[in-house]
Amino acid sequence: MDFTTVDTLAEHRDAARQWVEKNVQPGWAWEQYTSGTHHTPELHAQLAHDGILGAGWPLEYGGSDTDPGYARAVLDAVADAELYMDGWATTNMVLRTVRHVGTEEQKKEIIGGGLNGEILIALGYSEPDSGSDVAAAKTRAVRDGDEWVISGQKMFTSTAQSCSHVFVLARTNLDVPKHKGLTMFLVPTNVDGFDLQPIYTLGGQRTNATFYSDVRVPDSMRIGGVDEGWRVMRVALVYERGGGGRTSAGPTLAERVAAWAMSTSRTSGETYYDDSRNKERLARIAIDEEVARLLGMRVRWMNEIGELPGVEGSMTKLFSSEADLRHYSELVDMLGPEGVLRPESGIAPLDGELEHHFRSTVVGTIYGGASEIQREIIAEGRLGLPRNRPKQ
Amino acid sequence: MDLSYSDDQQQLRENLSSFFSKESTPERVRAAEPSGFDVELWDKITAMGLPAMAVPEDLGGGGASALDLVLTAEEFGKRIPPVPLIEGVAATNLLGRLCATASSEVAAQLLADAVAGDALVSLALNPLVAGVARLVPAGAVADAVLALDGGDVVAFRSSEVSPRSPLPVPSNLGTAPLADRGAGVDDKVVLASGPEAVAAYARARQEWQLLMAGALVGLAQTSLEMGADYAQQRHAFGVLIAWFQTVQHRLADGITTLEGARLLTYEAAWAADEGLANTAVLASMAFLFSSEMAFRVAADSLHLHGGYGYTLEYDIQMYFRRAKAWPLAYGDPKDGYGSLAAQLFEHEER
Repeated sequence: MDFTTVDTLAEHRDAARQWVEKNVQPGWAWEQYTSGTHHTPELHAQLAHDGILGAGWPLEYGGSDTDPGYARAVLDAVADAELYMDGWATTNMVLRTVRHVGTEEQKKEIIGGGLNGEILIALGYSEPDSGSDVAAAKTRAVRDGDEWVISGQKMFTSTAQSCSHVFVLARTNLDVPKHKGLTMFLVPTNVDGFDLQPIYTLGGQRTNATFYSDVRVPDSMRIGGVDEGWRVMRVALVYERGGGGRTSAGPTLAERVAAWAMSTSRTSGETYYDDSRNKERLARIAIDEEVARLLGMRVRWMNEIGELPGVEGSMTKLFSSEADLRHYSELVDMLGPEGVLRPESGIAPLDGELEHHFRSTVVGTIYGGASEIQREIIAEGRLGLPRNRPKQ
Repeated sequence: MDLSYSDDQQQLRENLSSFFSKESTPERVRAAEPSGFDVELWDKITAMGLPAMAVPEDLGGGGASALDLVLTAEEFGKRIPPVPLIEGVAATNLLGRLCATASSEVAAQLLADAVAGDALVSLALNPLVAGVARLVPAGAVADAVLALDGGDVVAFRSSEVSPRSPLPVPSNLGTAPLADRGAGVDDKVVLASGPEAVAAYARARQEWQLLMAGALVGLAQTSLEMGADYAQQRHAFGVLIAWFQTVQHRLADGITTLEGARLLTYEAAWAADEGLANTAVLASMAFLFSSEMAFRVAADSLHLHGGYGYTLEYDIQMYFRRAKAWPLAYGDPKDGYGSLAAQLFEHEER
């Protein structure tokens, strides 16, 4: 056994920080926070231009010769600058899927467009009546010659307001069990019949409802086989679930808040840290963070040695997301009346970070398979308990 | 990064698993319950060299690593055998370290006796109260108890107390052979003094935490399996209770925190073997996290047994009681979180 964690990107960290200093504008993070759009077009264009998006991809599909290690370090450094790249995260998932199941022509056009920054793809899985039970999708796609006619509605199509396409899960066959009648399409957002409405969330992120009224797309925009959408979508899900845990070497939440708590006095004169209840809170958070890190490391290790971390990914997501919820709730409690102050107030402790994440971490236990789904996967996969969802 | 067991580690786990399954059946654990000690089983594990397994080979021990110890503790915890292996290992290792640095004839003789299986040595985990070590784990059966007395590491000994002539045991939750030592019949002998001795004692307490974390992971594993097995046999409302989501989800939360605790405990043992500076922090973390996890898992598993879980006929209550009682020997966990915070954060400038 060996728990050594080597920062394989250490040699690239300095250069990555320099890239951020040169290219990232100081106002972008605040703009993302206030607009709720977790995508900054200028940033994305620069990442594409510098070959960072295309690093590691084959040149024939538009890949770049940028060092993939450097590229990952730059993306880490951008995240450390409190910037989200949700548009790239979803696009990257779809590009990987296209690489697995797409036609040669699709690989050239879609991957190429994604890597040069022109194509940006949102995920259209959830619907008003189906979230974690994603295979219950009702959006229909009906074949009409060389085209498909798509009708329905998707929910939580995050970042779609910035995207050129939505990766839509649609029902193409009503006569088979629900998992077997689904097909995936790449639907442009500039076509007739496509519409979207913003939805604002507790954590501040803007998402969308997207509408498809007899939207016509050519068969060349079908990704994977007809009625094979479930399998195609699961290729992408592998990239969404499980990685989890901290990878960068920066200070932990417990360390950062402890440092603040030691240097900040309450009205009573003692510091926040002097209160033994807060010491216990911070020690508990530190333990949970280490456990979450280890569970995430296990997933990465299994990937490295060629094993499939199914149950382990679910454990990581379940533990980490539930722990995040507990932590911010406890830390807001620690602040007492000041715990309610939002970042916009301008007078919040820790710039309102704790209040903000108290709201934003709520979604971690919901998206990408709610905690209840993860528990079922674990109960069935690890403990051999009977599958209790109704047979399809 | 490598989370696999080596061939030797795998062999050790299998050997101990079959040994404890055979020698520490639920019937045997129950039979020992009045005193919490089974002298025949103690003779067997000393014959195997388990209490001295991590003492350096040149001192007659097995030279095992901290990871080997944790794997041993885990198999121990699975079968809750009525022998003080955790305390025995921590105390015997302390003797080994004292003998490596200081030369006390008594310490050397105690170590030789412990390695030969002729002496059961235990560890007082808490400060003395008016010269007495209170409620020492295995205090009722120990030939000698090691304790910290100011700047001295001392041994409390009596020719009248041994595995074959135990002291009376106060009735207790974990049915463990607890007893006060250091008063009455006991002599006190100073084994070593000064900062090195104090540091060696602190390391023994840390080692006890680490091994207890491993034992609690094992205890929780068996508790969880009992709950899952019962849920697959018991019907209610016409179906197996294993079908109910409230049952499944509790067990899923349990196995998730259990696997997290196991990783954390292995990491702490690995850090100890590598001599890393954060070993003490990780050992405390593993102990605190495993303690809560094991109690939660055992309590949930007992609950899934319904009314039967509350009866003494079912085995789960034996695990439930020990899940609470074992770590309490170290003290109130709230104190543990406070001192962990100090270790983690207070080295930074204030």
